[in-house]
Amino acid sequence: MKSISGNKLLIKCLREEKVDVLFGYPGACTIGISDELYKQDFTRVVLPRQEIALVHEADAYAKATGKVGVCLVTSGPGATNLVTGLATANYDSVPLVCFSGQVERHLIGNDAFQEVDIVGITRNITKYGVTVRNREDLGRILKEAFYIARTGRPGPVLIDLPKDVMASQGSADYPSEVNIRGYKPNTQVHIGQLKKAIQMLERAKKPLFLAGGGVIIANAQEEFLKLVEKTRVPVVTTIMGRGAIPTDHDLFVGNLGMHGSYAANMAVNDCDLLFSIGTRFNDRITGKLHSFAPHAQIVHIDIDTSAISRNVKVDVPIVADAKIAINKMLEYVVSCEEPEWIDTIAERKKDFPIVTRSKDGLCAKDIIDAINNSFNEPIVVADVGQNQMFTAQFLEMKGQTRLLMSGGLGTMGYGLPGAIGAKIGCPHREVIAVCGDGGIQMNIQELATAVLEGLPIIVCIFNNSSLGMVRQWQKLFYGKRYSMTGLKTNSNGNKAIAEGNGYIPDFVALAKAYNAKGIRVDSKDKVTEAFMAAKENTDSPTIIEFILDPEELVTPMIEPGGTLKDMILEV
Amino acid sequence: MNGNNNTMKKRWISLFVENQVGVLSKISGLFSAKSYNLDSLTVGTTEDKTVSRMTIETVTDDETFEQIKKQLNRLVEVIKVIDFTDIYVHMREILYVKVRRCSAQDKASLFQIAETFKARVIDYGHDSLLLEFVQTATKNDAVVKLLKEEFGNIEVVRGGSVGIESISLMER
Repeated sequence: MKSISGNKLLIKCLREEKVDVLFGYPGACTIGISDELYKQDFTRVVLPRQEIALVHEADAYAKATGKVGVCLVTSGPGATNLVTGLATANYDSVPLVCFSGQVERHLIGNDAFQEVDIVGITRNITKYGVTVRNREDLGRILKEAFYIARTGRPGPVLIDLPKDVMASQGSADYPSEVNIRGYKPNTQVHIGQLKKAIQMLERAKKPLFLAGGGVIIANAQEEFLKLVEKTRVPVVTTIMGRGAIPTDHDLFVGNLGMHGSYAANMAVNDCDLLFSIGTRFNDRITGKLHSFAPHAQIVHIDIDTSAISRNVKVDVPIVADAKIAINKMLEYVVSCEEPEWIDTIAERKKDFPIVTRSKDGLCAKDIIDAINNSFNEPIVVADVGQNQMFTAQFLEMKGQTRLLMSGGLGTMGYGLPGAIGAKIGCPHREVIAVCGDGGIQMNIQELATAVLEGLPIIVCIFNNSSLGMVRQWQKLFYGKRYSMTGLKTNSNGNKAIAEGNGYIPDFVALAKAYNAKGIRVDSKDKVTEAFMAAKENTDSPTIIEFILDPEELVTPMIEPGGTLKDMILEV
Repeated sequence: MNGNNNTMKKRWISLFVENQVGVLSKISGLFSAKSYNLDSLTVGTTEDKTVSRMTIETVTDDETFEQIKKQLNRLVEVIKVIDFTDIYVHMREILYVKVRRCSAQDKASLFQIAETFKARVIDYGHDSLLLEFVQTATKNDAVVKLLKEEFGNIEVVRGGSVGIESISLMER
């Protein structure tokens, strides 16, 4: 039988799993793998500037394409830099396979140079993680890694590869089948439970669909739209589920949760049946638990058994993939239209739109509106904070439009690498990052990656010279004591050191330094123009810095842990 | 989240897991990460060397217990989760108690205690005794309490419960 090195078997695995892109950063323990990657031409190898951003790039690549994102980092610090990205992917159910280098087996446990127990460190934030201790297990483990990452509730898998295992010779076989006795993802749906749920839907006077990120992950938007149109039941979405149906659809109410619309939150409050699909009932959507959907029976479809009845007690649990369940439902459902209920919701939607600052100057909504008008079904990647909430509130979702973000973990710095990953995965789509001036600086180094890879992404920086979301809480709940949130101030007396445009760094000049295009916009009438100019720049990234007022707040807002009664509609 | 109005009570889980490096840490790590109570955990290999079996004892309410079982089930390395709470099982824990600075009278009463509790005296020194109890963890709790009150200078080591499903219907 033919014998090959572990490094070579890994390359074979990449080909068998049809990995067209690998995000990798080299080091002493993975140099053998780098060497084999050099000799092949199937997988494109992207070299980010920081492992922290590297995982986000693979994450957004996976979200945008539906394929498994693949990472390669070295041992020690390379591996520990994965931690935030793994947790991010874990919360948002993103299929990743991350290969980390490891010191030779005889050195493990010796505090060797660049040795860390990365499997131990990431145990609680990965779907699965293992160190390959024997060369003969390598093929099986690699095969299982891809299978575990993409099936069931997808998630990140970490495979730790000791250098000597990878160097040793062994079987060239890459298995074609997987059989893991402790892991049998559900590929069916319980018809009895489903019929019971449908019956409840038919009987309900105020039925409501709640669609979460699971609908998007299952790529079930088309089926879900059919379901909604057939049943005529209104829909609210979580921010991860935004786009489950087109946002201009007459049955779409809005996002629910802390910054959800009045109509959407009231619909949840009033409904007598909450039919939820693919959501974890995170505290950001439920607020105070005992007052969440107080009049409703709850149906919950989720692929992850443990997501059911964890936060919110559920009347009818259904463990299934969203697409499989929805397709099955389509066989049975009839119209459940309740005109009075639909009218009530429509009226509230009309009477209580999401209001933004009424001042004349440039505000965040102007920018998102311009994105809606200037692009054709783009992929928008939001960072975290106010910028993310504005995007989730105002971005119109239709057709192939996608909104990617770190929803569960809320990882600042996701935006720019996210846009890079999405663009690499979908080169023919328009990709726009929406970042704050805080988040962009967490991974600004990735501009180099974007420029070198020739990615014409558009990076919007919502520059309000502060860490806006925390500042918003300080403004509303902490007596306007703006501790640690000013980005134009320093530790010395907390006074502004630069006025006007004297922001550090000068983002337009920075863009230039990276060989990208930079545009600064400080008035409403320049917004669309800037996007047009960005669209014309087709061979490098364009940074558009929007100068915003730090006083602008995201509304409506329900106080953390609060109830609907505490909803702040306008400031 | 964990708690609510449910009554807290003692429950047992028997767990079949892959006999691999890191699995014990993964299971115990799950309990600490999610703030689940973990009273005792025992582990050993089975007749199949690739499979380990754990007996887990936890004090928790119904809802949290459901979550614990679900969370365990979703781990790739967990092969099977059996809830021992409401089925007939045999369950025992080994307990060693070393009693020091015994007078002759102390020793005499320790032999009596041993007989009452069906314990064995397995080692003997000029002023100390070593007792071995194999009984339910609850009974061991009572023994430790009693000996501590009576003798003061004791040293205790407990094995944690191990359990197996009953063939015929038996007491737990």
